[in-house]
Amino acid sequence: MLKFALSRLGTFIPTFIGVALISFAFIRVLPGDPIIVMAGERGVSPERYEELRQQYGFDQPIWVQFWDYMTGILQGDLGQSFVTNRPVWDEFFTLFPATLELSLCAIIIATAIGIPAGVIAAVNRGKFFDRALMSTALIGYSMPIFWWALLLIIVFSGNLGWTPVSGRIGLLYFFDTPTGFMLIDSAMSGQDGAFGSAVRHLILPSIVLATVPLAVIARQTRSAMLEVLSEDYIRTAKAKGLSTARVNGVHALRNALIPVITVIGLSVGTLLAGAILTETIFSWPGIGKWMVDSISRRDYPVVQGGLLLIAVIVMIVNLIVDILYGLINPKIRKR
Amino acid sequence: MSLLTIRNLSVSFATSSGQFRAVDGVDVDVNPGEILAIVGESGSGKSVSMLATMGLLPWTATITADQMSFDGRDLRTISAKERRKIVGNELAMIFQEPMSSLNPCFTVGFQIREALRKHTSLSARERHARCVELFEMVGIPDPEKRLKTFPHQMSGGMNQRVMIAMAIACKPRLLIADEPTTALDVTIQAQILDLLTGLQRETGMGLILITHDMGVVAETAERVSVQYAGQKVEDQTVQGLFETPHHPYTSALLSALPERATEKHLPTIPGVVPGQHDRPAGCLFSPRCKFADDTCRQTPPPVQSAALGHARCHYPLTTPEEVSA
Repeated sequence: MLKFALSRLGTFIPTFIGVALISFAFIRVLPGDPIIVMAGERGVSPERYEELRQQYGFDQPIWVQFWDYMTGILQGDLGQSFVTNRPVWDEFFTLFPATLELSLCAIIIATAIGIPAGVIAAVNRGKFFDRALMSTALIGYSMPIFWWALLLIIVFSGNLGWTPVSGRIGLLYFFDTPTGFMLIDSAMSGQDGAFGSAVRHLILPSIVLATVPLAVIARQTRSAMLEVLSEDYIRTAKAKGLSTARVNGVHALRNALIPVITVIGLSVGTLLAGAILTETIFSWPGIGKWMVDSISRRDYPVVQGGLLLIAVIVMIVNLIVDILYGLINPKIRKR
Repeated sequence: MSLLTIRNLSVSFATSSGQFRAVDGVDVDVNPGEILAIVGESGSGKSVSMLATMGLLPWTATITADQMSFDGRDLRTISAKERRKIVGNELAMIFQEPMSSLNPCFTVGFQIREALRKHTSLSARERHARCVELFEMVGIPDPEKRLKTFPHQMSGGMNQRVMIAMAIACKPRLLIADEPTTALDVTIQAQILDLLTGLQRETGMGLILITHDMGVVAETAERVSVQYAGQKVEDQTVQGLFETPHHPYTSALLSALPERATEKHLPTIPGVVPGQHDRPAGCLFSPRCKFADDTCRQTPPPVQSAALGHARCHYPLTTPEEVSA
């Protein structure tokens, strides 16, 4: 297992360099000069412009800029934001817990509902529950997210007043956020109702973000289960006199999980890269919103570094998924 | 009293092109401690009738029978829950493909212990001891180590031994072996058959051996039931069957055995088993039968007496001379 993980780590290096190169090139091919954007409507004098160009190293040839960037990365320096002057690294880790907290909640909701729903649909194939569930899943999958989010806000925040409209915590609460995870920090703060407030703030964005993965997981679980249920070993399990719940829930599900884990992994990767729409609608201070803002500001170091860190996180998620494959089905470990 | 009694069992499947009758009026009787072989070509309904007995057919199957009882219990009216207490316990089955019949996600030990946990009151330690004992019975060396392996880490022959160990774990009174050696190497086939007959002698369980191999029948069984196109066409002792087959199909099967060939070319039975859409009106074997006349082609044949091997034939063969004719 360790050998397997290490061999996978080896493939990280070329991927890492590739991502670094693409993110470096991507922001530079976008039209727009960062200095002009920074200067805003007031403009900038040619002397000051030249000065800033030298300060940020834009006067250097492009390969020299890339070389400086890469050597910086290897020393753990992702550069500083043009806008805030804070290191990209610090900004990322201030915002990432918010995205992580939201993504994990969403994926937990999607998995906890999606897998059982898919199993039940597969077992009752063609019956009412199966049809109803699969139609609902299709709607969930095809619905525009911003519309769904607004609908939920109108009903639950507007009409019913159960949930707040935006943010991570009520305005009344002030406390330190050592972990960056609002659920943990609010619970540790000891303030009355802080935790409840954090939970209420998390509910709607989690549901919105969970909708698409939930639909995908339910559909994937159903189709994987249908395939597995016709396998010979399911007949063997039934021939042992095992209960239907055990045959479906243990013997079939374990085998059906491989493709399901794949889509969960892909979903987690996408979610961690920042749920741009959801974060924007709910004013959730996560990395999706941060990346979009930085791109429009032509904040080169933030876009480069942010993309690179997101790519690393997606790679780590993929590695975890690969390790899970082997744990679920040892036959895969051999390959 | 016979252990398993089946009268007039029919199984049909709902297919997109209508009902397909896979088993058509089959009778089966097995006594305690008896070895019955069910022989027939692919598609003759031999596996399906046994899967119906086990309750393992998919919901697309419609099963009807005048009688279907195991050890005095009516399998037609039994609840699913009651059936699960019998299946895997007193009535066990092993299958054709050992490699795909074991779950790849669990160790073989887990899969055997699971049956023991379901049907016995043994403690975890006793279950493990029983597994070791079972592995020794089925001839798997180094049981302690092998119990921890996964099916893909073992050969087909070893996996079939695991399947057998799993089936006999709860000391069944009847074991159904559905072509247990078909997917295995020839050298392993003999070992597995010896193992099955040995275990049958040791434990006194009844054994139904489903096969298409007359050689296997001759070596292992006491009584043979021959199936053709979903019907039982003959049922007699092995010795009687090999000496005087009463049904022309049985006779043709026997003359197709390489050991019995008298000519340079191996005799074959012309034509194929009738399918869903070309079932003859009369005897199902009539299109391929060299003795068939208009009666055979138009009228379904009666089932003859026990002395004539319950042959489903208008003109059963009666003497060895006739058979070789």
